[in-house]
Amino acid sequence: MIRFLLNRFVQGLVVILAVITITFALSRLLPGGPIQSEKNTSPEAIAAQRAYLGLDKPWYAQLGLQIAHYAMLDLPESFHFKGRGVDEIIASGFPVSGAVGLTALAIALGLGVPLGAFAALRPNTLEDRASMLAATLGICTPSMILGPVIAMLLGLKLRWFNASGWFDPSDVVMPALTLGIIYSAQIARLTRGSLRETLSQEFVRTARAKGASETSVVFLHALKLACLPVLNFLGPAAAGLLTGSIVVESVFQLPGLGQFFIASAINRDMNLAIGISVFYATLIVGFNLLVDILQAWLNPRIRLHA
Amino acid sequence: MSDSSRQSLSPMQAAWKRFCRHRINLIAFWFLIALVAVCLIGPSLSPYAQDAQDLELKATNISPQHWLGTDTLGRDMLTRVLKGGQVSLAVGLLATFVAACIGVTYGLISGLAGGRIDAVMMRVVDILYAFPFINFVILLMVVFGRHFWLIFIAIGAVEWLTMARVVRGQVLALKNLEFVTAAKASGAGFWHIVLKHLLPNVIGPVIIYASLTVPGVMLLEATLSFLGLGIQPPNASWGVLLGDGSQVMQTYPWLLLYPGLFFSSTLLALNILGDGLRDAFDPKSAAQE
Repeated sequence: MIRFLLNRFVQGLVVILAVITITFALSRLLPGGPIQSEKNTSPEAIAAQRAYLGLDKPWYAQLGLQIAHYAMLDLPESFHFKGRGVDEIIASGFPVSGAVGLTALAIALGLGVPLGAFAALRPNTLEDRASMLAATLGICTPSMILGPVIAMLLGLKLRWFNASGWFDPSDVVMPALTLGIIYSAQIARLTRGSLRETLSQEFVRTARAKGASETSVVFLHALKLACLPVLNFLGPAAAGLLTGSIVVESVFQLPGLGQFFIASAINRDMNLAIGISVFYATLIVGFNLLVDILQAWLNPRIRLHA
Repeated sequence: MSDSSRQSLSPMQAAWKRFCRHRINLIAFWFLIALVAVCLIGPSLSPYAQDAQDLELKATNISPQHWLGTDTLGRDMLTRVLKGGQVSLAVGLLATFVAACIGVTYGLISGLAGGRIDAVMMRVVDILYAFPFINFVILLMVVFGRHFWLIFIAIGAVEWLTMARVVRGQVLALKNLEFVTAAKASGAGFWHIVLKHLLPNVIGPVIIYASLTVPGVMLLEATLSFLGLGIQPPNASWGVLLGDGSQVMQTYPWLLLYPGLFFSSTLLALNILGDGLRDAFDPKSAAQE
């Protein structure tokens, strides 16, 4: 176990180093510099500004500096949002993205697992087909269509929520609903497939033969194992939620991390771009690790390999 | 049973037969063929250019002159949706092709090499899985001035990871089978074995996985264009049209609805096709469902 964690930790460090380097390389290729946008600046002022931001150093020194910042957990200042540290900006954007993402995950599991189980227990009936048709439709409705439709229905027509913006706690509902519905569709299909497979296995027959009730068979014995593929899907889904949240943040005008990242690319704000990329990578690594540990805990047959 | 047992079918033919058994698969297949044909031919038959504006007309709904209405600049929506379809479908197919090429090559090398090299190459894939690729793609699009061809490469470079895993697994399973040993024993060269024996057996899973990749790729293109980072106006793609439509959906909901219907039904057909192919090539997975 300790070896496994150590191994994963080293792998995570490699990911973060690589992410810093790639984002750094891409940011350096960005046409123009962070200062170019300001007009009528004297060459001396530009030089001073460049020296202040560390842009006068050779590229390897800049890269070393970036890595040193993250090694010492002392994040640099943003180029564009002057006077604000990258960590400060992440701390202001992440609560928005995180609230949307977590609520969406809860909605996705809360809708998807019951729907999939419902369908799996009635194989090849009308209810089964209807549930799976609904799930397939959900997969085919991307967030850039579903988001505006939900905003129009719940926000503008019914006026239950603010159509856009981030002012009060209820603003999390529509963006989270958009992402949650889309992921619930995939979770429903996965749950159905794996629950049907699990129900046909020997140990379920044994449980039935011992006289366990149908409820106990499904919920105590089968569903636990059937959740494994769903859990497995949650690893990549975490990365997908990040991507999806960029669209949703743009649809609902939320001041989340995705919006800051796009701003950093457009403003040639290298420090912020690296900071947010590293933050995303850390989240994905952490989430994958959590999924692996949960899987080993749910299924004793899975061992954590170093 | 009588038919298939008398004349022996190649695995490909058998899979095609299983594919055709479900009517919904065929509907999806012909829908996509028709869609591609309409997108290719339609714009040249249309009396309007995709960027021809009619500022007096502005946004209108369906009319005999404009079958899907016009957008806020008075441009014919049908022409734009079909032109956009060309772009979206081209990105979907070409980027998937790029991803398949990278993935197959990588997986073949990894699986054939085995041992240390295989372990390192698969560890690299593990590490890449944790990359926040959307960030790199966004930066790439900003760096290279949003060139059209760059979208293929950027998306293709992101989507090959699972393909590499699939191919590697397949190669590992195949390379120690008797027929490969027999080919080796009879003096077949390395390239002969790869091209004549391994690739043909890998192609099935590659097709299945590629067909499941196309909708994902189209979605990524739409995401980029929706954010204003992909295809640039006045050119259209479904992502661009959805982005434009969502801006004015309060007053002109059909500008979001019509491209959305095209996009969603295409994704639906592609998903059905992918699932159908998977079940046809891999009857075990079909039996599960």
